[in-house]
Amino acid sequence: MSVLTFDPSGDPILERRRQIQSIAQASLGRRKASSAVALGICWVFLVLAIIPLVAVIVYTFAKGIVAWNATFFTQVTKPEGIPDGGVANALVGTVIIGAVATAVTIPLGLLGGLFLAESDGRVAAGIRFTADLMTGVPSILMGIFGYIALVKAFGYSGLIGAFAIGMIMLPIIMRACETAIRGVPGHLNEAGLALGARRFMIARRVILPAALPGIITGVLLAIARGVGETAPLLFTIFGNQYMQWNPTKPMDALPLVIYNNSSQPYPDLLQIAWGAALLLMAMVLVLSIGSRIVAARLQRERR
Amino acid sequence: MATTDTAPTGGEKRRHGRFSLSNGAYRAILIVGAGIFAALVAWFLYSIVNQARPIFSALGVSWIFQPTWNPNLHKFGLLPFILGTIETTAIAMVLAVPIGLGTALSLAYLVPARVKVVLGSAVELLAAVPSVVYGLWGVVALAPLWREYVEPFLTSVLGWTGLFNGPNEGVGLLLAGTILFIMVLPTMVAISRDVLAVVPREQVEGAMALGATRWQVLRKVVLPDARTGLLGAFTLATGRALGETVAVALVIGNSNYIAHSLKSPAATLPSLIINNFGEASGTELAALFGAGLVLLVIGLGVNSIARVLVRGKTGAAGGATSVAVA
Repeated sequence: MSVLTFDPSGDPILERRRQIQSIAQASLGRRKASSAVALGICWVFLVLAIIPLVAVIVYTFAKGIVAWNATFFTQVTKPEGIPDGGVANALVGTVIIGAVATAVTIPLGLLGGLFLAESDGRVAAGIRFTADLMTGVPSILMGIFGYIALVKAFGYSGLIGAFAIGMIMLPIIMRACETAIRGVPGHLNEAGLALGARRFMIARRVILPAALPGIITGVLLAIARGVGETAPLLFTIFGNQYMQWNPTKPMDALPLVIYNNSSQPYPDLLQIAWGAALLLMAMVLVLSIGSRIVAARLQRERR
Repeated sequence: MATTDTAPTGGEKRRHGRFSLSNGAYRAILIVGAGIFAALVAWFLYSIVNQARPIFSALGVSWIFQPTWNPNLHKFGLLPFILGTIETTAIAMVLAVPIGLGTALSLAYLVPARVKVVLGSAVELLAAVPSVVYGLWGVVALAPLWREYVEPFLTSVLGWTGLFNGPNEGVGLLLAGTILFIMVLPTMVAISRDVLAVVPREQVEGAMALGATRWQVLRKVVLPDARTGLLGAFTLATGRALGETVAVALVIGNSNYIAHSLKSPAATLPSLIINNFGEASGTELAALFGAGLVLLVIGLGVNSIARVLVRGKTGAAGGATSVAVA
């Protein structure tokens, strides 16, 4: 009957556990200390990351708000020495170029996104990967592309700027649409099919409404990215110091004004640059924040 | 295609009086949409390659690695600019990897929930700030600061390494690298945080239950699990830093010579193109397109690596954010 007697001191598992516990106990102080140090470093890095990012926002605001007055918004850009310059022409250019680029890329991006979301083949995988790569292509290359492909034939114009900006926005919108559409529960799609609806009807009446928050977020973020781009515009819209509403002519844009004025030694041109920087940043932040609010509100309505 | 259409037709269409498409037509339109995108990309690649071809057929491939850029002497070596691109990106990543990783770890695991939401949103908003604003800030606010304080300080502390020879100029490799670091930081933090946040909760809790300290959990469980995705985030940030144009052009000082110190003015491939494009013609213009092609190849290479690494790591939840900010 010796099998039934239990001697805990000889049990190898308990022995091992005790060993581990004593080792853990012995090293606890050291482990706690190194944990505190490492986490402290993480916190320091968090603060180090926040400082420059807050600094750039605060600095731009402080410098830019001084430039904001009536003439800043109503007058066109003036060369150095002529008072009362503004950025009205650049603001008009940025808005028109952004609007054209958005109007063209939304339908294309939506179709492309639907295609990617509804296809799983090798072709779709290739296009998906291409879209991902295109979001990372240096934006200057889109400017060079616009120059080679269109400026050489048609001359500088706002439309070509919109084309270059659209090339940057399109893959972003496509992938955002795909992600949003894939997030729609599959049973909605199946319910539509069971009711005998055609795929087009399902897409229009079921999938797109359900994916709308994600699509809007993606589109607004793409616009925010697009209107802030400088390099593509430098090769395509040329700049124009006069008011120009016609996008088939050379136009000016806010990023261009900032870029051109920032290397100038004249304080008044620099002040215009800061005002334009604040304006551009405000536009981009409004678009980004707006996208979040829209998405959150639509999400809440659905519940 | 109408024969494959199994849905009821006619009646439904008339009842709603709405436009509809057969499944075949719908599918065809989607394919056209995706096809237009593919065609645009093909046109893009063809245009760049086609315009760069003359310089390659005239000078071969070795011209890329020649050390002299002097259009007057018909010399179009890209080495100074390739080095400048690599050096500025390296400075940016040396700063961005530890600081971005620490920040992402803090945001994902250390800060209180409310702070996490606020800072998380702020980081994503900052990723959208236009690069030209960073450039303007760099040249106006940081350049004097670097000239008067940062560069003298670094020279006195690290001058023995030989990396900080020469005068303090403010603009140069160091400032360009710093601006790039600040620019890529939000993108990197946002993606890294998404990658870190999808580490399985059970693994984290399991490690905690075994008595691991918080740092041990992060180092032994979270970081190994997120390793691939983090590498992808870093690579993606590298790609952005390599291709940045205007911010760098404003703060790098634009010198066509190989930099001999971190304080020296230099130039990158994008800044070379943007500074010389206006006046260039003939072979010089072809050389600039050639520089564009080199930039394209580097950019595509780095981004392919990044995408393969990030792919499937953030999943559907993080995908939207990562795509949006990247």
